[in-house]
Amino acid sequence: MAEAAAHDHDDHRPHGWVRWVYSTNHKDIGTLYLIFAIIAGVIGGALSVAIRMELQEPGIQIFSGLAQMVYGMQGDAAIDGGKSMYNAFGAAHGLIMIFFMVMPALIGGFANWMVPIMIGAPDMAFPRMNNISFWLLPPAFILLLSSMFVPSAPGAFGVGGGWTIYPPLSTSGQPGPAMDLAILSIHIAGASSILGAINFITTIFNMRAPGMTLHKMPLFAWAVLITAFLLLLSLPVLAGGITMLLTDRNFGTAFFVPDQGGDPLLFQHLFWFFGHPEVYILILPGFGIISHIVSTFSKKPVFGYLGMAYAMVAIGAVGFIVWAHHMYTTGLSLDTQRYFVFATMVIAVPTGVKIFSWIATMWGGSISFKPPMLWALGFIFLFTIGGVTGVQLANAGLDRSLHDTYFVIAHFHYVLSLGAVFAIFAGWYYWFPKMTGYMYSPVIANTHFWVTFVGVNLIFFPQHFLGLAGMPRRTVDYPDAFAGWNMVSSYGSYISAVGVAIFLYGVFEAFQKKRVAGANPWGEGATTLEWQLPSPPPFHQWEQLPKIK
Amino acid sequence: MGGELSKSRKLNNGIVAAVCLAFFTGMVGMAYAAVPLYKMFCQVTGYGGTTQRAEKQYAGRVLDRDITIRFDANTNGIPWQFEPVARSVTIKIGETTQAHYSATNKFDRPITGRASFNVQPEMAGAYFNKVECFCFTDTTLKPGETLDMPVVFYVDPDIVNVPELKDLKTITLSYTMFPVEKKQPVASSAPAAGSSTNKVSDTEASLGG
Repeated sequence: MAEAAAHDHDDHRPHGWVRWVYSTNHKDIGTLYLIFAIIAGVIGGALSVAIRMELQEPGIQIFSGLAQMVYGMQGDAAIDGGKSMYNAFGAAHGLIMIFFMVMPALIGGFANWMVPIMIGAPDMAFPRMNNISFWLLPPAFILLLSSMFVPSAPGAFGVGGGWTIYPPLSTSGQPGPAMDLAILSIHIAGASSILGAINFITTIFNMRAPGMTLHKMPLFAWAVLITAFLLLLSLPVLAGGITMLLTDRNFGTAFFVPDQGGDPLLFQHLFWFFGHPEVYILILPGFGIISHIVSTFSKKPVFGYLGMAYAMVAIGAVGFIVWAHHMYTTGLSLDTQRYFVFATMVIAVPTGVKIFSWIATMWGGSISFKPPMLWALGFIFLFTIGGVTGVQLANAGLDRSLHDTYFVIAHFHYVLSLGAVFAIFAGWYYWFPKMTGYMYSPVIANTHFWVTFVGVNLIFFPQHFLGLAGMPRRTVDYPDAFAGWNMVSSYGSYISAVGVAIFLYGVFEAFQKKRVAGANPWGEGATTLEWQLPSPPPFHQWEQLPKIK
Repeated sequence: MGGELSKSRKLNNGIVAAVCLAFFTGMVGMAYAAVPLYKMFCQVTGYGGTTQRAEKQYAGRVLDRDITIRFDANTNGIPWQFEPVARSVTIKIGETTQAHYSATNKFDRPITGRASFNVQPEMAGAYFNKVECFCFTDTTLKPGETLDMPVVFYVDPDIVNVPELKDLKTITLSYTMFPVEKKQPVASSAPAAGSSTNKVSDTEASLGG
């Protein structure tokens, strides 16, 4: 692509379906990723609304009926099938949101679009590999969705083990093909992410414009570089772990089968060696986006640039040595627990560096509360709440009582559903005018923000109370004592669903009204390279390499 | 951008990608290497309740402190009646003791079984030394045959030096008896799924512990 950029011109661009299916253009592939993430997000969100409808009141509300409708079950079978279906919805919601919404949006979408532009590169290092990275995702997604319609355990459909798929529930507990489909889906999605990670590492190391040293590189590019390394280190371990599950299930191996000398607990170690870095994979690109937005709308350079970059490096590195804090209740020795408590709490230090640097960036700045800035401020506020409950959960003693309760659900939704998703929307409203050339309606964008902000807080804040009161996660029913806050939480999810509808309408409205955004709608604060290009950028950019100050 | 530059960059890109790919392969290898390493780690440290197979026949000293050993027996997928002869025994820490389990084959053909074992609390595994145990070998029972299965063990006196275990009054030794014949892979077919549920209910009926 490097030579192609030198002698190709805009009029050579492919048209029609060829442009998208055979695409080697990082901007087109980024757009595909974003569309894919929106579709997956709507499906994953619909699953979560169904979960909240079920939990709105004690007793079984909707899932028996759903099991009758979807699986054609009758009577008692429908009641049991409905309970399993609830578990399958929970597992699918988690896997979809992680692998098919947040990662495609942040890494495949925004990073594909913006990293080459920001570092002054004409395209990604391996454009064809970029294409296959994207086109692996739809089949993976179809595999996961179809797993919901095939048997798992007798009388049950869909993967019922949560996104963590611990054995023995995922091996001897669910002999049907649903689990195999889900495992293959994660394999393919993982291959897609690994190819993407290799592409980003190569691009960022080799294709920066002259003068763009690593220490001058925008923070979003830093974030994506670190994320790519985390993917490269952690995903193979997950791939290995789920391959062992697959061979245990189908080929008679005994990695996790105790009667043949295996150990089910080993899977938890392998899973969380991937799983914990994975949560930083989900949030680090968001950190990068938020840094740019806070700087742009405060009209100040980001406070402590190098500190910000190396804080992300530190978070990524320490993220690999804290995995067993997900396993405090599995019988670790006190000394092991002491180590993991300490190491986990150490992560609060670089995270604190980032939060305080964002605040210091705003300090004394000329702040304008445009929609991206609103989302960024919402991110900082909500992510900090999630961080505080994270420090609480890091304590092994406290975790004894909070493990597998709704307190944990509230915690990781504050950092991911409210953290990563707010970062995605912040990035969307920040770069939408750049990517499309059109300006959205700020009124719709602000309404989207406030409705979502109220909605998600109504969902997840009461779940802290439910968790402290002892309500376990992954159950379809609960004692009457938990009814009140569950009702509030469910109303919150309906409000958030309205927020998603407002978002989709806002996108439609922007394309309908076609307000021209101009090269730089955000003014002097927007200093990164993408704002030097017209909106939308030309099919091939930087035929004249940019000058880096 | 000259052809010279882009050619060297192409080469560079290939090198970076190859290093990444090698790294990826290495990490998959590490994941699989974790299997034997983890097993070794458990055997050395007693992590996860892995009991120790003693080289010595007895501890060097016996403490004047009682500890109760409770015995538990389970079966998984094997039609045996398997239970401890005595529910518990109270011994001195360091004292070598013999306990008995008994197993009866309730099926109409010979079956070979193997016992896997565990102790609670898990940390005590490192201090629970088995001198002699039926779990070291496979056992074959003819239809209706009953076998007395001894286990000889002592509790290492060093257990009182561990902060988590110094006040420990009770250790539970638990065995689960499995059939030795290789089972079908679990995800084979729907009828197999049905028969595996039957097996589970059999197990519940013949639970010894």
